[in-house]
Amino acid sequence: MSDALAGLRVCDLSGQLAGAGATRWMAAFGAEVIRVEDPVRQGQWDIMRGAPPYKDDRRGIERGAAFNNHNVEKLGVTINLRTVAGRELLADLIATSDVVTENFSAGVMERLGFGYDRLRELRSDIIYVSNCGFGHTGPYREFRSWGPIAQAVSGLTHSTGLAGAEPAGWGFSYLDHTGASYMVMAVMMALWHRRRTGEGQWVDLAVVEAGANLHGADLLDWTVNANPTRGPGRPDSNRSRSPLMVPHGVYACGGDDAWVAIACRHDDDWAALVEALGADAERLELDHPDLVTVERRAAFEDDIDRRLGLWCRDRSRWEIEALLREAGVPAAAVATPPERIDGDIATAGRDLWPVVDHPEMGAIRVDGLPVELSATPWSIDYPAPTLGQHNHYVFGTLLGRSDAELDELAAAGVL
Amino acid sequence: MSPDRGAGLPQPAGPGPLTGVRVVELAHPHCAFAGKLLADAGADVILVEPPGGSAQRRHGPFVDRKQVAAAFLGDEELSLAFWADNTSKRSVVVDLASGPDRRFFRRLIAGADVFLEAEEPGALADLGLDHPDLTGRPLSGADQGRTKPGPPPVNEDLIQVSITPLGRVWRHPVAERHRQAAMTDLTVLARGGPLWMCGYDDHGLAPMRGRGDQAIRTACHHAVMAALTALLARDANGGQFVDVSMVAAANVTTEAGTYGWFAARQIPFRQTGRHARAGLTEPTQMRCADGRWLNTGVGLRSGAEFAAVADYIIELGLVDEAGPELMAALDRGAEEDRITTADIDADPELRAVFKAGRRAMGVIAAHLSAHEAFVGLQGRGVGCGVVWSPDEVLDDPHLIDRGFPTEVYQPQLDRTVIYPGPPIRFGATPMAIRSPAPRLGQHSDQVRREVR
Repeated sequence: MSDALAGLRVCDLSGQLAGAGATRWMAAFGAEVIRVEDPVRQGQWDIMRGAPPYKDDRRGIERGAAFNNHNVEKLGVTINLRTVAGRELLADLIATSDVVTENFSAGVMERLGFGYDRLRELRSDIIYVSNCGFGHTGPYREFRSWGPIAQAVSGLTHSTGLAGAEPAGWGFSYLDHTGASYMVMAVMMALWHRRRTGEGQWVDLAVVEAGANLHGADLLDWTVNANPTRGPGRPDSNRSRSPLMVPHGVYACGGDDAWVAIACRHDDDWAALVEALGADAERLELDHPDLVTVERRAAFEDDIDRRLGLWCRDRSRWEIEALLREAGVPAAAVATPPERIDGDIATAGRDLWPVVDHPEMGAIRVDGLPVELSATPWSIDYPAPTLGQHNHYVFGTLLGRSDAELDELAAAGVL
Repeated sequence: MSPDRGAGLPQPAGPGPLTGVRVVELAHPHCAFAGKLLADAGADVILVEPPGGSAQRRHGPFVDRKQVAAAFLGDEELSLAFWADNTSKRSVVVDLASGPDRRFFRRLIAGADVFLEAEEPGALADLGLDHPDLTGRPLSGADQGRTKPGPPPVNEDLIQVSITPLGRVWRHPVAERHRQAAMTDLTVLARGGPLWMCGYDDHGLAPMRGRGDQAIRTACHHAVMAALTALLARDANGGQFVDVSMVAAANVTTEAGTYGWFAARQIPFRQTGRHARAGLTEPTQMRCADGRWLNTGVGLRSGAEFAAVADYIIELGLVDEAGPELMAALDRGAEEDRITTADIDADPELRAVFKAGRRAMGVIAAHLSAHEAFVGLQGRGVGCGVVWSPDEVLDDPHLIDRGFPTEVYQPQLDRTVIYPGPPIRFGATPMAIRSPAPRLGQHSDQVRREVR
C-alpha cells in the first residue's frame, strides 16, 4: 500500500466517474477512502453500480466493471440516510474524517441535513468538496449534469469536429475524468492550506467552469481579437492553428477504419518528412520549394493533406508510424483499445494496467495512474468494495459500535 | 429563471491555497498549463525562460497588432497562447548554456519546493541539472542516480515533476528506442486512445481530435495532482521525482474504451456527438430551432422525468407533432420508478421506452432555441445541455452570475481583457488570475535580487 497520504480519511459520498474518479486517486496513494452507499437502492444512485460492461456476461449488482474500475482501493459502507439512526452514523463518520466529498446536485446535502454549517459543527476544520455540473450558486444551480452535458455547456463538444458539421464532441466523458482531476486538486490544495493554517473550507467545484477553463487561446482570440469560435473554418479540430502546424491531420491508411495522425511541429519536421517520403515526395510534388515554410504550407493545406493522404492510403499505419518516428517526425497510428492496452510497451512497461481480484468477477484489470512517484508510488491491489463490505470495520472498529448495535441497525434497515 | 442565489459561497479575495509554495518552471508548452494552475492557486511560480523566450511565445494566435498600445513591445509579447497559459507567473531569463546562469539556476532550485519541467529525456542531465544532480536522489528505486560528477546537490527535498510524451521511468526493462518519441497533442491522442473514440457515425471521416490541446492539459492535470500529493507526503518522505507520461495519461482517461476491453473485450467505435460504443446507439444531440444543438445527456431515467417531458409537450402544443405512439411510450415510462442502465441493457420493452424518451426531447428541441430547450427541460428536472461554442460560454447567464468571466488588465493593450475564471471555487482561499502572463524577463532583476 502506498503511504503518500497515509492517515488521511475521506468520507466519500461521491460516485459516478466525476466523484469516484477523484477519490480513487487518493485511495491509490494510501488515503482511507470510505465510500458511503445507499442500501435501499443498492448503491444505484451511482449509475455504474451493477451496470454493463460485465465480465463473462454475468450480471449483478457487484459485477459492474466500470464501478469496479472507479472504486478500487476504497472501503465501502452502507447507510440509509432516510433514517435518524443512519444520519447519526454518518455524523459520527464525518466527525472523524478529514475530508467530505460528494457530487450530488446542489441542495441534496442540505436536504439530508449535512450542509456545510452542519459539517463544520461536526468537525471544525473539515474540508468539504462538492462537485456538480453547475456549482452551488447561480441560476442553473439545481440543474442536473453528466459528463456529456457539462462538455456541451462548457464548449468542449462544439470545439471538436469538422467546420460546418454537427459537433463530433467527445466519444467518452472526458469532463468526468477531468472534473475528477479538479476535485483531487481541490481536496489537496485545501489540505495544504489546512496543514499550514489549521483552517478548513468548503470548495464549490462546478465542472462546467473546469471545462470552460480548458480552451486555451481560443477564448482570448474572441475576447481580444473578436474572432469567434463558431463560424467559417471552425472548429476543424484536426488542424492546428495554436501553434500553426501544417501538415497536421489524421489520414486514412490501408485497412479497415485504419488511420494515422501526423503533425509537423516546424519546418525541420517538414523537411524530415519530405526526405522520409523520398521519391514519393517528388512524385506528389511535396518537395516543392514553395512549401518549406509553414506560412506557405498553410496556404496550400488542403492540397498538402490530399497528397499526403494519397501516400498514406495504401500503406499500413504502423509502417507509417515507424518510418516517420525514425525520421523524428511526430506520427502515431490511431490505436484501438487492444493495441494501446495489450500491444504497447509505453503502457505495459509502466504496469499501467494493474489486476485486482474481485470476489465476484475474479481477476480483472483496471486503469492505473499515469504517474510514477519515486518515493511514494501509487498502488492498486484491491477491487471496489461490495455493498457494505466494510460496515463492521468502519462502524465497529473505527466508530466503536458494538456487534449487537450493528445487528440492530441492520435489522432496522439502517445498514 | 430565478435571479436569486442559493445558499452559496462568498467569493473571497486574498491569498490562494498554495501561498508560500515556490515553483520553478522551466518554460515548455507541455507544462505551461500545470504552472498556471499552481500559480493561480497562489504558488509563487517562477517561469525560467531562455534568452529568446519560451517557445510558446511564438505560438499563435497573436494579438491583432492594430490594438497594441505600446509600440515598443516585441513579437514575443503578443501570443494569446502564451497569455492563456502563463497567468500569475513571474518570468526570469536564464541562459542555461552559460556557466554563471547554470549556477544561478541551481541557487534558484535551492529555494524551490517544486521544479516543473517538460524537457526531453537526457536534456537536463546533459546540463548537469537533472533530478540526481539537484537532489542527490535517483529518478527511481531501480535507477543508479547521477551519471556524471558535478557540483553537490542543492535541495534534497525538491519535488521534480517531469512531463514527457512517454515518461522517463519504467517498471520493466524497455528498449531504448521505445523510450522516447517526438509527439504532439494530436499524436498523443492517437496513440493514447481518445482519438479512436471521437468522431462521426460516418467512418469515411477521420477520427476527431478534441480542440484545445487536451492531451497536454490532461498531462498537466496529472502533474499538478502528483505535485500536490508529493508535497503532502514530503514531511514523511522528503523530496522525490514525479514522472508523468502524456500517453499514459491519455490511456487512463478514456472511460469505457479501456474497461470495456478489460471486462468484455469490447472495441467501441466512434459515433457522432455521443459515447463510442461496441454497438450503434441512438443519436443524443438534437438540432434546435436556432440551428444550435442540445445534448440530451443520459436520457430519461425516472418516471418523474417521463411525466415532465409529456407535460412539457402538452404545454408547448406539440402533442400532434409527437404522435400518439410517442405519447403512449411517455405514459408507459411515467409508470416506472427508475430505469437503470442494466434495465435498458436487459429488457427490450424498457429499452424501447427509453429510446422514446430521447425522441420526445428531440420534439421539444426542434421547436425551441437550444438555450430555451435547455432551461425549459432542466427547469422541469430533466438533464440536458446546450451545446455552446467556447466564446458563447462567456456570455452564459449562469457563468456570468457566478462571476466566471474575469477581467484582467493587459498592459500590451492598456485595457482589461476577459479571461476564463477559476476552475475551482475555494470558500476561503481563492484561485484567481493574480496578474497577466509576464513579459519576457519582467522579473529577472527582482528574482535575481531575491536569489543570492
